[in-house]
Amino acid sequence: MISFSRIAAVFIKELVQMRRDRPTFAIMIMVPVMQLALFGFAINTDPRHLPAAVELRDEGPLTRSFLASLKQSTYVEITDIVHGEAQGEELLRSGKVNFLIVIPENFESDFVRGERPEILVAADASDPVAASGVIGAVGEIARRAFAPELDRLPSKLRGGAPPYNVVVHRQYNPEGVTAFNIVPGLLGVILTMTMTMITSIALTRERERGTYEALLSSPVRPLEIMVGKTTPYILVGAIQTGIILLAARYVFDIPFTGNMAAFVLVLSIFIFTNLMLGYLISTVARTQMQAMQMTFFVFLPSILLSGFMFPFRAMPAWARAIGEALPNTHFLRMVREIMLKGASFADIQGDLGPLLLILFVLAGIALLRFQRTLD
Amino acid sequence: MNGEPVIDVRGLTKRFGDKTVVDHFDLKVPRGSIYGFLGPNGSGKTTTIRMVCGLLKPDEGEGTCLGHDVLHESVKIKSKVGYMTQRFSLYEDLSIRENLEFFSRLYGLDNLRRRVNESIESLGLKGRAGQLAGELSGGWKQRLALAVCMIHNPKLLLLDEPTAGVDPKARRDFWDTIRLYASQGVTTLVSTHYMDEAVQCDRIAYIAYGKKLLDAPTAEIPGRLGLHAFKLDNGDLDKLSSILKGAPGVDILARFGASIHVCGKDRDKLAAAVDRVRDMEGVRIKEIEAGLEEAFIYLMAESDDNFSAEDAA
Repeated sequence: MISFSRIAAVFIKELVQMRRDRPTFAIMIMVPVMQLALFGFAINTDPRHLPAAVELRDEGPLTRSFLASLKQSTYVEITDIVHGEAQGEELLRSGKVNFLIVIPENFESDFVRGERPEILVAADASDPVAASGVIGAVGEIARRAFAPELDRLPSKLRGGAPPYNVVVHRQYNPEGVTAFNIVPGLLGVILTMTMTMITSIALTRERERGTYEALLSSPVRPLEIMVGKTTPYILVGAIQTGIILLAARYVFDIPFTGNMAAFVLVLSIFIFTNLMLGYLISTVARTQMQAMQMTFFVFLPSILLSGFMFPFRAMPAWARAIGEALPNTHFLRMVREIMLKGASFADIQGDLGPLLLILFVLAGIALLRFQRTLD
Repeated sequence: MNGEPVIDVRGLTKRFGDKTVVDHFDLKVPRGSIYGFLGPNGSGKTTTIRMVCGLLKPDEGEGTCLGHDVLHESVKIKSKVGYMTQRFSLYEDLSIRENLEFFSRLYGLDNLRRRVNESIESLGLKGRAGQLAGELSGGWKQRLALAVCMIHNPKLLLLDEPTAGVDPKARRDFWDTIRLYASQGVTTLVSTHYMDEAVQCDRIAYIAYGKKLLDAPTAEIPGRLGLHAFKLDNGDLDKLSSILKGAPGVDILARFGASIHVCGKDRDKLAAAVDRVRDMEGVRIKEIEAGLEEAFIYLMAESDDNFSAEDAA
């Protein structure tokens, strides 16, 4: 019943048309590059050289050592050294500095006596992403700064808890968003957008150009058109993935720890699911413009509700329910598991099943929606 | 014209919304004939052709095309029919060769390369096979479209206004090709509103408002209509026209070079109308037998463009 020759006919035709349509092809390749640059570099979630003020209520060799260590870390640039209490608060409030580091009274003597004086780090909470880097690093900075001093302390202060305490003040605690997290996520977002968009015009374009009539008047079957029209773009998706993976490895130094076979499998299913989603849109949309709008209608939740932007578990139940129906949600979970945590096939089954289900439901509806006549 | 008809449908009806575009249409097309569909824009020609080849599902009616049920066996019909759409519907971003190859594969043809090469050669496009279809002129597009229609050697050709926008020379060449196919036993159903195409047909069905008003061998059509005609020449033709146009009994008036033909169904009234100008200076009047041309002008003048949803389909 199903003819390989007819699938091949549509497949080859699509490849030739893709090759001829250079601008579209170029965009497909440029999109991952540009998005990587945008999200990966421009949106720097590990910022350095942020302005900081230090409020010195005590001074001494320990304090100097800590300040030197802070400078060395490059996380902060100490722009102001203040002595009065109100001054530092004012600098932080006005936004002139992102951080205010307070060395308390009698810090030096309390330190030596083992009274664990508190170093206060007040972070500007209005920019939580900017703050997170310093907040994460400040403990280690202090440890390094005071390590040589510890050796000179009486032995009873060594070994146990450090003889100081770093206290961080921030208003809320965002999920740590770093390039490690964002680049694998970008893979899902880029594939969702480009793959859905390119097939969303698959049939609409034929309809608008009038070629649909010639196609339908031939004995080609709906399934043959669907397979022939979607599979060429798996190649495009593979090229995009290659670009992103290479960038992840060599530009962002993201280790690939997981199972490559599992990754390729998950990736192929995900690409195909998005192609089907686009194809389904093209059976509904009357014009290419409509197809684009529908693509964006799907695309936005794929960014916002999939766990790419916001922590999935922090969303309300209804939003999580929508998120579970999106291919990107399952893909993101699996790809982060595989790339960052070294997951194997067994670890990702809980998301592979739902993704496959979404694929078959989409393909089924698309086939039912396909009109064999011009009615 | 032997054996059972290639197309044999009865009561074919198609509605778009509450508009009946094709209304209980019967059609019998004998094997090897060239069958013309004549009728104004929107009269239901395209819709009828699409129903015959399975592109539209009839709301009512039954019948067969090439021995297959038009309602349930459209896939079988599609593989044996060559349908040339009114609007150019090949891929403009594919080359001539790629278009031919694409459709050859869709029809599952063997010896693909040989077939395509032969087709390109008979098109006379050997050196230009790599040219994009979108860059071709109207006449060449139409020849390519016909070549694609014929790539799988169909038994039946459905041509929907095939020569619209094509120059007369190309149109003549096109019809020579259709005649050649007909002599090889290919049946052709062609819709047109060009008179010079209609005369090429063996048989003509005249359609208006989705209904068949006339169905006869081409040569019999003037007689069927019962038209009478007078030819007027010499004298002041402009003045004659203005007097006779719309006069009682004059159903149509047409200029043929240096003469005027007036036709009407009622001979007495027509003769009376002509008598009124008999005394005009230099005018010569002669009763003639109404021919095909008068018949077609009469038919086309009968109904203006039929307002319908045909193009929206």
